[in-house]
Amino acid sequence: MKHINGKSINKGVAVGKIFFFNNAKIEIERKENCNSEEELQKFNDAKAKAYDQLSALYEKLLSSVGEEEAGIIEVQQMFLEDEDYNDAVLNAINNEKLNAEYAVEQAGETIANIFLSMDDVYMQGRASDIRDISTRIYRNILGIEDNVDFDEPMIVVAEDLTPSETSAFNKDKILAFVTKLGTDTSHTAILARNMDIPSIINVDIDVDDSLSNQMAIVDAIDGTMILNPTDEQVAKYTQLQKELEEEKSKLGELVGKEDVTLDGKKIKLYSNIGRVEDVEDVLANDSKGIGLFRSEFLYMGRDNYPTEDEQFEAYKAVLSKMGDKPVIIRTLDIGADKKADYFNIEEEENPALGYRAIRICLDRPEMFKTQLRALYRASVYGNLLIMFPMIISVEEIKKCKEIAKEVREELKAEGIDFKEVSLGIMIETPASVMLSDALAKEVDFFSVGTNDLTQYTLAVDRQNKVIADMFSAKHPAVLTALQMIVDNAHKNGIWAGICGELASDSTITKELLKMGYDELSISSAKTLEVRKEIRETDLSK
Amino acid sequence: MVEIKHIINDPAGIHARPSTKLVKEIGTYESTVMISKGDKKAEGKKLIAIMSLGAKCGDELTFTIEGADEAEASEKLKAFLSENI
Repeated sequence: MKHINGKSINKGVAVGKIFFFNNAKIEIERKENCNSEEELQKFNDAKAKAYDQLSALYEKLLSSVGEEEAGIIEVQQMFLEDEDYNDAVLNAINNEKLNAEYAVEQAGETIANIFLSMDDVYMQGRASDIRDISTRIYRNILGIEDNVDFDEPMIVVAEDLTPSETSAFNKDKILAFVTKLGTDTSHTAILARNMDIPSIINVDIDVDDSLSNQMAIVDAIDGTMILNPTDEQVAKYTQLQKELEEEKSKLGELVGKEDVTLDGKKIKLYSNIGRVEDVEDVLANDSKGIGLFRSEFLYMGRDNYPTEDEQFEAYKAVLSKMGDKPVIIRTLDIGADKKADYFNIEEEENPALGYRAIRICLDRPEMFKTQLRALYRASVYGNLLIMFPMIISVEEIKKCKEIAKEVREELKAEGIDFKEVSLGIMIETPASVMLSDALAKEVDFFSVGTNDLTQYTLAVDRQNKVIADMFSAKHPAVLTALQMIVDNAHKNGIWAGICGELASDSTITKELLKMGYDELSISSAKTLEVRKEIRETDLSK
Repeated sequence: MVEIKHIINDPAGIHARPSTKLVKEIGTYESTVMISKGDKKAEGKKLIAIMSLGAKCGDELTFTIEGADEAEASEKLKAFLSENI
């Protein structure tokens, strides 16, 4: 028995034999003075074959996973036809008289390097797609067949997997994916999640053929693998696997059900998102609204402030997709660990206690107004609520409301449509907890950010690994603060919710509801799990 | 020759999928299309070249359409851009 550590990219458990997928990089030999005509013929045949292989994969993915995922393969087909790529190969064959497989490998590397040199993580990731294509062609030239067929379902272990390799496997025959390399944002990881196959990456062993046919347990909840497990372990995990499946199918029955307690209190169970694309997950998980839409993505990874129109389009996209479901958008919360160079924020000794969020917005009212104008303009496309972060005083929220009012008056004067929008605040500083009675008189709702509230209440830095085990949102001081917040909200006739990570923890759902919380905004993947807890809670007892 | 300016609306910028669609769309025209962002240029039928412009949401792209069907092609392209990019 041997314990192996890795990182889970899609949760689940698998017990079975290992299939070692040998896709080790082949050393390609450089041959000079080749016969161009012959090499060209080899390249064209291999390319035509690659095209057919990809078409077959495309069809397979389209029917088994969906159009979005199949699109990954379509992009590769376009790369295959790309003129610059083909010119590079043809030049090496015709003018330099090199062998076809070498020409293909080099062309792939040249273009991969172009992608790798771009200052955009997404584009850097496309280097693996072009390499994937080159590998496919030169394997075809060399007559190397993909060995992806096996009779019984197995755990697939490989050095790394490309998107096309991942999708070439027959979904029903894979128990789990285990790789030594890879990242959790790669296309491969996305595919594994969409195929819903337990997967771990970055395992701390050398993977080679000696693993073939060994028994293993993949625990993609913990991110570990057990090689040659004992009978007891096999029994334990087989049981766990069964329980997980039962739980999953039971949770599936909760799709379409209301988020209501046994004694009839309706709870607003919403989702946290950080990008426009996340809306798809929110709807797919049957969440009834968005309780926290972090607007920072619009401001980060770029060279200048986003324009009003750009922001408007993003907000409009989310609001229209959500229809009449509520969408709470939080105004810019930049600073501390989230930075963008063009803000020109000076280095700070204590950035968490520094120039961030609403402090920047109130200090740069023109920038703040641009965001609020975009928000109000988008308000007609759905059910918008706006929330302000990092409030520590009544004056701050008064200023925010004043600026919002100016924006509304400007829009009215310009004849631009907008709706009345509920305004709320994040409660994430001890100051806002202590002032929650007074603050509740100024706003329409509270949403507690438990991560920052825990950090500031306990004086425990979230980023400091040395004291990481002291960071607990369940600390009695934080729980006392949570009770005080919701009491003061209700006393003043407004609702209170929680959008921090604590809300996603289904083991504390009942306790939060008993405190009186009206809304929980969570990671959308947890919707059914938390819904189950809500539906089993009786507040009258 | 017709010139179109377009500001990218897609928050994701010109990622692989939208670029693929763009190349396919341009492939249906007889005219040649050049795309430029600042001083970087790419031919409209070259996917990798377009992606390496590194165009992000909010960036302005200039499309130059030249050929027999340039009037019709530029109308189609305009509609395509506002819908997809």
